[in-house]
Amino acid sequence: MMYYSRLRMASVIGVCLIGLALCLPNFIRQPSPALPWRQIHLGLDLRGGSYLLLQVDMASVTADRLRGLQDETRQTLLKAGLGYRNLATGPHAVTFTPRTPDETQPDLKALRAMPMNAPGEFQVEQGEGGQIAITLSPDAARQRAYDAVTQSIEIVRRRIDATGAIDPEITRQGEDRIIVELPGISDPERVKNLLGTTAKMTFHLVADSAIGSSVPPAGVEMLPMSDGQGTLPVFSHVDVDGADLTNASASIDQDGGEWAVNFTFDSTGAQEFGDVTRANVGKRFAIVLDNKVIEAPVIRGAITGGNGQITGGFSAQQATDMALLLRAGALPAPLNVIEQRSIGPSLGADSIRAGGYSLAAGFVLVIAFMALFYGRFGWYANIALLANLVLMTAILSLFEATLTLPGMAGMLLTLGMAVDANILINERIREEVARGRSALQAMQTGFERATATIVDSNATALLAHVMLFVFGTGPVRGFALTITIGIVTTLFTTLLLSRMLMVRWYARTRPSTLPV
Amino acid sequence: MMFDRPLLRFVPRGTKINFMRGRFIGLATSAVLSIASLILFFHPGLTLGLDFRGGIVVEARTQGPADFNVIRAALAAEHVSAAGVQSFGGPDDVLIRLDTPPESEPDHEARTQAMVDSVRHAIATLPGAQVLRADAVGASVSKELFRNGMLALGISLLMILAYIWFRFEWEFAVSAVVTLVLDLTKAIGFLVVTHFEFDLVMVAAILTILGYSTNDKVVVYDRVRENLRKYRTMPLAELIDLSINETLSRTLGTSCTVFLAALPLALFGGASLSGFAWVMLFGIVVGTSSSIFIAAPLLLLMGEKRLRRDARPPTRS
Repeated sequence: MMYYSRLRMASVIGVCLIGLALCLPNFIRQPSPALPWRQIHLGLDLRGGSYLLLQVDMASVTADRLRGLQDETRQTLLKAGLGYRNLATGPHAVTFTPRTPDETQPDLKALRAMPMNAPGEFQVEQGEGGQIAITLSPDAARQRAYDAVTQSIEIVRRRIDATGAIDPEITRQGEDRIIVELPGISDPERVKNLLGTTAKMTFHLVADSAIGSSVPPAGVEMLPMSDGQGTLPVFSHVDVDGADLTNASASIDQDGGEWAVNFTFDSTGAQEFGDVTRANVGKRFAIVLDNKVIEAPVIRGAITGGNGQITGGFSAQQATDMALLLRAGALPAPLNVIEQRSIGPSLGADSIRAGGYSLAAGFVLVIAFMALFYGRFGWYANIALLANLVLMTAILSLFEATLTLPGMAGMLLTLGMAVDANILINERIREEVARGRSALQAMQTGFERATATIVDSNATALLAHVMLFVFGTGPVRGFALTITIGIVTTLFTTLLLSRMLMVRWYARTRPSTLPV
Repeated sequence: MMFDRPLLRFVPRGTKINFMRGRFIGLATSAVLSIASLILFFHPGLTLGLDFRGGIVVEARTQGPADFNVIRAALAAEHVSAAGVQSFGGPDDVLIRLDTPPESEPDHEARTQAMVDSVRHAIATLPGAQVLRADAVGASVSKELFRNGMLALGISLLMILAYIWFRFEWEFAVSAVVTLVLDLTKAIGFLVVTHFEFDLVMVAAILTILGYSTNDKVVVYDRVRENLRKYRTMPLAELIDLSINETLSRTLGTSCTVFLAALPLALFGGASLSGFAWVMLFGIVVGTSSSIFIAAPLLLLMGEKRLRRDARPPTRS
């Protein structure tokens, strides 16, 4: 307890020096790109910016797959020359009734041979009343959902990168959520609009014969116009898919002087586009985005180069955003913003100032208290406190952690609590001195007895804050993280550093009485 | 050297205060405060913050003192009706609250988001005004945040119970957790009375004061345990009193440093942190006094027979 080997002292001092070095990146510029340079990031609440929590619409992911499955079922049955009645799609299954009960077994056989996207993706079974149900397995649905989120993250990243946002953070949360953090963007309206658009573009022929009819014939859908002016009947069949686009850009149309979006197809798309336009000269061709008709121009002649143009009465911003969306690709499912938090830059600056002043004032008060009430050993505790601050900063830098406003509060409270260990040791030494023990004995017993108490009391605090970190979100996690790190550094600085200072002082001066 | 010896002393050496004599007064005071807090909890109840209530809060700074009528008119022009427009902080700062559409409506999330944008547009029409902060929390998210917050609180309490049980005898663990629950109810009463909003940051504050309070109890209990071994025949009441007196200087010293550290935050920490810091300050006072006046008497009541079988009953001297 009262002896520090040279090696031990060197390691304690070494750790402090390494800590000091690790703090540097937060205060000076990187001198050479070869040096590892990790620093603390400021949270959105301190630097300003936006936080968006997005939820992937899972119901629509399943619905999409079921719609596909219904098509496949119809084609499979037709090909096998089997009939069906009441073909329908429910929330989890496609159902139909065989033409006659005799056809049940051939139906099951044909459907079970349908290709699956994953082994065991769906089950084909005979249900009540002779009905046949093709049910998606929950596992496959989950896998599909996982893939949909992964794919959505990629598309979201592409879209956000295209807006020129700096350091966006896009992370998966839970099963069906995506967190988007945008430092420096305090008005996320444009980003929200970009992410709120699925951007699924398709080209359909217009069913001119159905214009004016209230109930569209089979294979024709009534789609609303994107400007909200009425509806247009189009054939459900997708002639060309926007997924085959390779590029899109916004420019001013040379004829009309309007903003337009130009797009280029890949070879498959160009081929299809050429074929359709050649075969349908004089007819109207609808450009549909997210189930809304943007425009439906008349095909004047075959378009074979794979290039096209959309002029939908756009503003410059609308044209730019639409080109961006087409370039980035369509989302596999709609995204909903379910939580938004945005902080303006001036509030962030105010918070840094208020937090900084409070931190400094609290630090000074604690130092003054320790010096006044504990004298020399109090000053040793203060040196340990400074080292504690340095080590906390060092570890936060090493983790490249994000410092939030509650995180700053956590640092401050850690400093207040950190001296508790020193107070415990000092009070214990005082008691032992009062009992008439020698200086050496008093210090030795003080350290010994206090250590168990210090470990016990810090362990309980650690438990509470680890829980907070596990269950907390956003800034609160920052708070829990700083306190957790703070408890670890506190144990180091009090149990090793300040004790070393006290022991070294004793070894140097061999006092007969202690300054307690 | 001038800084060698301490200049001041917190508690005179060797105090012999008979805390256990006042144990019934302590317990009764605590019971009254906790019951009052529980009543306040049910009526009028906590002011839930945005995290747990859901909704929209926009903070804006206007050029010159805010004119609520102008702001309301600007909002009306954007077809949003605010549930509340109030000042906060300085005279230039306004806080606009909106209720979100009910969760039962199909596109409530999208409409919530559209409302935030409308408020921004309305503020943009006021000359020189800027949005400081805009938060929108949907109903599903707020429920989830609330559940997670309560889960963190509950699990922390259980883990503290388990840890103290593991390190001490069960009497210690039970008295500590009962005391913590009493501390918790008082903190909730404090929140109701002060109208500080109960949100995730407040859950963090409450967890911190629970951690701090436990820390304090562990120190006293540690000493009780040590003295139980040291003084084999001392009656429990006397022994607990001795332990409290021996640790009194430390208890008050640590409370003081944590209090001093949190005080600037309460005074200058700004709107978002001062509530947190005030709850901390309150918790420090409650946690420190409950170690002495609640946790120790509870230990005496529960441990009288078990921890010291052969001792005389505590005398009321």
